[in-house]
Amino acid sequence: MSSAIASGERMLVVDGIDVWLSGREILHDVGFAVEAGEFTGLIGSNGAGKTTLLRVILGLQPPSAGRVLLEGRPLGRRGTAIGYVPQKVLFDPDIPLRTRDLVALGLDGERPGIPLPSRRRRALVEEMLEAVDATDFADARIGNLSGGEQQRVLIAHALIGRPKLLLLDEPLANLDIRSEFEVVELIARVTQEQQISVLISAHDMNPLLPVMDRIVYLAAGRAASGTVGEVVRSDVLSSLYGSHVDVLHVHDRVVVVAGQATDSILTGSDESVRHEPQDFIRVS
Amino acid sequence: MFSTLMINTWLAATIVAVVAGSVGFFAVLRGSAFAAHALPQGAFAGAAGASLLGLNTILGLGVFSVLGALAISLLGKRGRHDAVTALTLVLMLGLGALFLSFSVEYAPEVYSLLFGEILGVSRGDLLPIALLGAASVLAIVALYRPLLLSSVMRDSGEARGLNSRTLEVCFLLVLALATSATIPVVGAFLMFSLMIAPAGSARTLTANPLTALGLSILIALATVWIAVAAAYETNWPIGFYVGTLGAAGYVLARARQAWQIRGHGHLVVAEQA
Amino acid sequence: MIGQLFEPGFFTNGAVHTALIVGAVVAVISACVGVFTVIRSQAFAGHSLSDLGTTGGSASFLAGASNPLWGFVIAALAGAGLIELLGARRRSDRDLATGIVLGAALGLSALFLYLDTSHSSTTGVSTTILFGSLFVLDPSMIPAAVALTVVALALLAGSYRMLLLSSLSPELAAARGIRVRLIGALYLVALGLAVALASLTIGALLSTALLIGPPATALRLSKQPAVAILAAALIGVLATWLGILLAYDSYNWPPLGHGWPVSFLIVALIFSFYLLTELPTRLLRTLRPNRQPLANAGPEP
Repeated sequence: MSSAIASGERMLVVDGIDVWLSGREILHDVGFAVEAGEFTGLIGSNGAGKTTLLRVILGLQPPSAGRVLLEGRPLGRRGTAIGYVPQKVLFDPDIPLRTRDLVALGLDGERPGIPLPSRRRRALVEEMLEAVDATDFADARIGNLSGGEQQRVLIAHALIGRPKLLLLDEPLANLDIRSEFEVVELIARVTQEQQISVLISAHDMNPLLPVMDRIVYLAAGRAASGTVGEVVRSDVLSSLYGSHVDVLHVHDRVVVVAGQATDSILTGSDESVRHEPQDFIRVS
Repeated sequence: MFSTLMINTWLAATIVAVVAGSVGFFAVLRGSAFAAHALPQGAFAGAAGASLLGLNTILGLGVFSVLGALAISLLGKRGRHDAVTALTLVLMLGLGALFLSFSVEYAPEVYSLLFGEILGVSRGDLLPIALLGAASVLAIVALYRPLLLSSVMRDSGEARGLNSRTLEVCFLLVLALATSATIPVVGAFLMFSLMIAPAGSARTLTANPLTALGLSILIALATVWIAVAAAYETNWPIGFYVGTLGAAGYVLARARQAWQIRGHGHLVVAEQA
Repeated sequence: MIGQLFEPGFFTNGAVHTALIVGAVVAVISACVGVFTVIRSQAFAGHSLSDLGTTGGSASFLAGASNPLWGFVIAALAGAGLIELLGARRRSDRDLATGIVLGAALGLSALFLYLDTSHSSTTGVSTTILFGSLFVLDPSMIPAAVALTVVALALLAGSYRMLLLSSLSPELAAARGIRVRLIGALYLVALGLAVALASLTIGALLSTALLIGPPATALRLSKQPAVAILAAALIGVLATWLGILLAYDSYNWPPLGHGWPVSFLIVALIFSFYLLTELPTRLLRTLRPNRQPLANAGPEP
C-alpha cells in the first residue's frame, strides 16, 4: 500500500521495507510517513510484525530492502534523536537504581564516565518526574514499581533527552482499562507540549482513537497508512488480509472481524496468539 | 603485623579490595556471579603454567583470565552463558591439572594461589598488581554510565547506539584484569567471593547506585583488612576469612532487609539515599 | 595398527578395569542428570555443588577417612539442601546466593586443607580431592559407587515426565498439578549424588565437565529429550574411556615418567566434542547472513 513517498520536511519516512527472519517474510514493502507533532498508531495483532518494524526504525534490525529517513536523513549515530519506550521490562527488586536515576540515565546514559552532580541535571530530572507524575516514587527502587508506575518512568526516561520522535512498543498491553486511558492521556499531553511526534504500537486501536492523527495498520506483513477514516474500512483491510474482513462500529468503538473460517477471528480487543507445540526443548 | 614485611600485603590488600568492590558492583548487577567465579579458577591454570615455564605468575593469570573472558563471550549465546562458562572453566582447570602434574615442586605455591597467602605478595608483585588494579578501576569509571544503562535496560541502550555484545566483552575483560590483580592476595578460589559478597550486601543497604558502589568498596576493604589481620594472628589462610566474612556480611544485610519489611508491613517505597 | 593404540598391559591392568567400570557408570549418571541441569540453566549450581564437595572431601580426610566419597556425598547433599532452601525464583538471585554460600564453603575447605597438610604430610590430599583419583580407586568402592548411581538413576527415571515438564515450563507443570518444588528437590538430590560421584573420578573441580559437557553437546545434536539423554551418556562414556586409554598410553609421552593426568584428558576430550558441534553451526551462521530465507538468527516479530 505504499506509494513513492517524497522525503524532506517529514519527521519520519519509512519506504519499501522488506524484512526476512527465520526464513519467513515478516514485512513486505512497508512504507508510511509521520509528520512533525503527529500521533500515529501502529496497529496489528501479535505476530504481525510491529516490534520488528519498530526495531527497523530504531536501527536495531537491518531490513532486507528499503530505507528509513529521519528528518530527511538516513539513520546515523543514534543518541537521543528517537526516544524509545520498550515493552514491559522486568526489573530485579534488588537492583540499586531509583526512579530518578533511571530517568537521569535517559539524559546521557550512553556517554562514558560517572555523572557529576549538577544543578541543571537535577532540575531537568525533577521537571521530567513532575511531567509524568512520578515525584511520589522518585526515590523508590525501580524493581518495586507497579506496572503503571514503571510505564511512566520509562516514558520519562525516553523523553528527557528531548527527542523529536517517541517510539512506544505496546505500552498498553496488560494494563487495565483505566490505566490504558491514563497512559494514553499522559503520552498525548506530554508530547503535545513539546510537539514531539509519536509512533505507538498496539494490538487494539480503540484506546488510541481519541488521539490518533494517523494509523498504520499492519497485517500479513503489509501495511496501510492514512487517517482512521481512510484505512479502517472493510475494503482496505480485506485487501490487506487477502480475505474478507468486516469493520463494525459499535458505539464509538471499532471491531474488526474476519469473514472466513480459515482466518483467526480478530476483534478490537482480543489477542490472537498462536501456541507452539512444546515437544521440543528450546535451550540456548 | 605492620612490619615492613607485611606492608606489601596491606597495600596489595587495599588495592584488591577497591578493585573487587568496584568490579563486583557490576558483576552482581549483571548477574555474572558465575563468570566472576569461573574466571579466577580458570586463571589459576595460567598461574600454574607460568610457574612451570618460570615466568611471573601474574602474567600467567592475566593471559588465562583474558582467554577465558574471550572464550565465554564468544562462545556463549546472548545472555545465556552458563553452560559455556562451565565448560571453559573446567577446561582451564584441567589445563591447570596438567601443568601441575608436570612441575616438580608445587604444593605450597598451588595452595597459596588457590586460597591466598599473606606473604604471597613480593615487592616485585606490587607494581603489576597496582597497575592492573588501576586499569580495572579506571575502566569501571569510564564504563559506569553505559554499563549501568545497558545492564538495566538493554533495549534502551541499544537504541542509543550502545552495543550490548561489545559491552559484555569489555566487562568480562575488565573482570579478567581484576582477577589477575587480586588472586595473589586472596587466592583464586576466594577472589570471587570478595567480588560478589560486598556488592551483594551493599545493594540491599541502599537504592542509590553511586552509594551502592561506594559501599561495595568499603565493605570489601573492611572484609579484606580483617581477613589479613586474622590470617596473620592465626596462621589460617586468608581465603577462609574472606569467604566466611563475606557470607556473614551478606546474611546480616539480608536479615536487616527482612527486618525492615516486617517492621513496616510492606516494602518501604522511599528509602534513604 | 589397533595394537599400537593400546599400550601393553592395558586390558590386564586391574586399576584400568576399575577405572573403566567406575568411569563409565559415573559418566552415565552425570550425563543423565546433566541434561536436566542444562535445561534448567543450573550449571552454576552444579559447579557449586562440586566445589562444595571440596569442603566435604577435605573434611573427611581431616576426620581420618581413607577415601573422600562419603565426604563428597554428604557435602553435596547438604549443599543441595541449602540451595533448595535459598530457592529464589530468578536465576540471578539464585546465582548470587549460591555464590556466596560457595564462598563460605570454599573458605572452610581452605581451612580444612591447611589443617590436613599440617597434620599429616600428605600433600597429595589436595590433588586427590581437586583433581580426582580415577586410577587409584579402591576396587572395594565399586559397589558403593554403583549403588549410589542406581539410586540417582531411579530418582530420575521415577520422576522423568514430571521432571521434564517442570524443567521446560514450571508454570505449565504447576497448572497440571505437578509438585514442582518437590520434583526440584528430588532432582537436586540426584544432582548432588552425580556430582559427588564425578568428584571421585575426575575431581571436585573438574566434575562439572562430565555434568555439563556431554549434555550440552548432545543438545546441539538433538532437541528431543530422550535422544539427548542417550547421546549425552554415550558421549560421556566415550570421553571417559578414551581419556583412560590415552592416560595409560601417555606414560611414554613427554615429559617422561608419569604420564598425563587422566582428568585433564577426559576434560579436554569433552571440550573438544563440544567444539566439534559448536563450530560448524557458528560458521554456517556467519556465512549466511539474515537476508536469505535460510538463516536462523534474529528475534520473533
